[in-house]
Amino acid sequence: MDLSFAEIGHYSLVLALALSLLQSFVPLWGAHRLDGRLMSVGPVVAVVNFGYVALAFAALVAVHVTSDFSVANVYENSNSQIPLLFKITGVWGNHEGSILLWILILALFGALVALFSSNLPDTLRARVLSVQGWIGTAFLLFLLLTSNPFARLNPAPMEGQDLNPVLQDIGLAIHPPMLYLGYVGFSIAFSFAIAALIDGRIDAAWARWVRPWTLLAWLFLTLGIAMGSYWAYYELGWGGFWFWDPVENASFMPWLAGTALLHSAVVMEKRGALKIWTILLAILTFSLSLLGTFIVRSGVLTSVHAFASDPTRGVFILAILTAFIGGALVLFAWRAPGLKQGGIFAPISREGALVFNNLFLIAATATVLVGTLYPLALDTLTSRKISVGSPFYQLTFAPLMVPLLLAVPFGPMLAWKRGDLKGAAQRLAVAMVLSVIAVVLALFLSGAKGVLAPLAVGLGIWLIAGSVVDLTERARLFRGSLSTSFARLTGLPRSAFGSALGHAGLGLTVLGITFVSSWQIEAITSVKPGQSIPLGHYQLTYVETTNGRGPNFRAEVSRFQVTGDNGRSFTMAPSKRFFSARQSATTESALKTIWLSQIYLSLGDRSDDGSLVVRAYYKPLVTLIWLGGVVMAIGGVISLSDRRLRVGAPRKARARKPAAEPVST
Amino acid sequence: MTRKQRRLSFIGAAGGVLAVAVGLVLYALTGQIVFFYTPSDIAAHPIAPGTRVRLGGLVEDGSVQHGDNGRVAFSVTDTQHQTKVTYTGLLPDLFREGQGVVAEGVYDANGMVTADNVLAKHDEKYMPPEVAAALKKQGVWEGDKQTAEKTP
Repeated sequence: MDLSFAEIGHYSLVLALALSLLQSFVPLWGAHRLDGRLMSVGPVVAVVNFGYVALAFAALVAVHVTSDFSVANVYENSNSQIPLLFKITGVWGNHEGSILLWILILALFGALVALFSSNLPDTLRARVLSVQGWIGTAFLLFLLLTSNPFARLNPAPMEGQDLNPVLQDIGLAIHPPMLYLGYVGFSIAFSFAIAALIDGRIDAAWARWVRPWTLLAWLFLTLGIAMGSYWAYYELGWGGFWFWDPVENASFMPWLAGTALLHSAVVMEKRGALKIWTILLAILTFSLSLLGTFIVRSGVLTSVHAFASDPTRGVFILAILTAFIGGALVLFAWRAPGLKQGGIFAPISREGALVFNNLFLIAATATVLVGTLYPLALDTLTSRKISVGSPFYQLTFAPLMVPLLLAVPFGPMLAWKRGDLKGAAQRLAVAMVLSVIAVVLALFLSGAKGVLAPLAVGLGIWLIAGSVVDLTERARLFRGSLSTSFARLTGLPRSAFGSALGHAGLGLTVLGITFVSSWQIEAITSVKPGQSIPLGHYQLTYVETTNGRGPNFRAEVSRFQVTGDNGRSFTMAPSKRFFSARQSATTESALKTIWLSQIYLSLGDRSDDGSLVVRAYYKPLVTLIWLGGVVMAIGGVISLSDRRLRVGAPRKARARKPAAEPVST
Repeated sequence: MTRKQRRLSFIGAAGGVLAVAVGLVLYALTGQIVFFYTPSDIAAHPIAPGTRVRLGGLVEDGSVQHGDNGRVAFSVTDTQHQTKVTYTGLLPDLFREGQGVVAEGVYDANGMVTADNVLAKHDEKYMPPEVAAALKKQGVWEGDKQTAEKTP
């Protein structure tokens, strides 16, 4: 214990708490007094604060990597035998560590705002950093008072209890950090909203500053959700990609609200309209992130995400939740009426389309919120236990999505202020024809068994074709020489490509979900060595089961020879793993990707006579579900690289267009 | 359109969408939610056949029978009463006799549940919360003892 990383980490957290308190009040007071020196404390403290939180996080990584079992967190969630990767990812594969990761990312965003916001009005910047400080203070208090990751055990155990086997996967390295970058990233929009409300003034420039941060958070949340969905798909062995589990909804609600925010901020930036609504959305989006943290971390739900259920923690997070959401909404009710409205527009216009988008996204968010909270409320009030599953969402969420998705391609076709619906429809004629062809084709190929799935295919094609038409229309393709069209296309702002990719990605996801939900082939059967399972155009022959060993587990690997009708042949090897440290087992399903489709093979029990229960799926176009998410995120990255939205390089932007930086101090 | 009419039309549209959403939610809440039962609940208040239920309790010792092609039959008990369950598919890794389980499926006229989903513990720390509550109610909860044993 000569180095004692744990004490360094613990001490850093206490210092970070002190700095957060400083950040919470000094810049705010400075902004109130219009004292430049007090306000300038904010950025410095934000960066140093990040340094200390990062040091604490590094210390936690260090105790995990060195397997210091005298630290309770390491003892409970690690083991000397597990690979280095899982020693590191195990840092946030537990309650305390994941809250520390949450705080680390919050501090990171605080430092980024401090570094890349020198073009902000001083008072706004100071207030934004103070609000970030409040959030940081609340969560550091939560960590230190209820969930200290550096708590010691005496005497120190010889060996750790191991990381939950379900979490021993590369997914743990990617999913939580991505998700938190999204969740916590929305805190910036929240802080800007609160700062603007305190400031009592807001203009189009506000939206230009908020939009990149929202976009950044949104794209990480998109990737985080897509990754989480894929992880659940291959790890849980059920072959499902979305379960409408409260924990999934907890991440989906901020995504829906954040998507709405992204769109309303465009209206505010370009037209100066929807100011109050955008402020409210910024508050709501982060409130839903906090609600998600509460649902997942408080222990009100028991799931693989809820690492521990300690009632004091739940009450503490609930208090944070109430203080921030309640306080923000009270401030909103008090200050928002005083904000000046601006920009009028006709119902049929780009603004109108974006309002339509917001309306449906928020209504859909509300249905998910009801489905998530109703069982909790009912249990608390009447102790009647119910579950709200996918049938509920198919009846509520899905019908609200249909008009929204139908309207998506129209949005970019309409002009600001007053649009021409007929003209937009004419320009979208090609996309409409393609979608109808897709519906007819799908209907014909699927044997006309149902109309819903073919219609959904048409919807997916409509979104993709609509995005392509959006770009070709902007380039005026086929209405001049090809070279001028190409020049126009390359001259388009990058955000045009960003939104087209975002919408096309949505279409890909819709296609993937439709194909898998409607046309997957499933076989559940028991086989003995040598026997075959027919699965669509493939034959799966069970060869043998052999024993293997991993670093911290024993494995039974079952090999299958798969032969396609086209003569293609390959091996698949799903397995069962037995983890001795926790006396538990996991099923490792086997996946074979064929173009965009997958064969999915998962194992059940093996009986004494050598027969093995197998669940096999052919999942057509399943990868599109997540590829769509990746395409959406790429769209976000491209938009973010747009000169007009660039987060950094503020000095250059100021030099280029001095008139575009209104100073509202 | 005047500014006032415009605002009214927006408010009308928003109200319309919200009304549709509320209607859908209310409709779905009456028909699409699934209630949780223990075998004792079923014994006390008979359920109409064809109802979707979530049945929770312990897998009764010695009740698990494996059939062909992944068919499994077992009984769920809360030590007072038992309910039979049939299921086709892969059982969770931690499905064991004497352990907590939730079976979701359709209750039939013979008093059996045809499950399409069986949930067991995720790991040794996890007990389906409804089961834990039901077992506490029956006074056969041993979870706290288990956690006590784990503490070094």
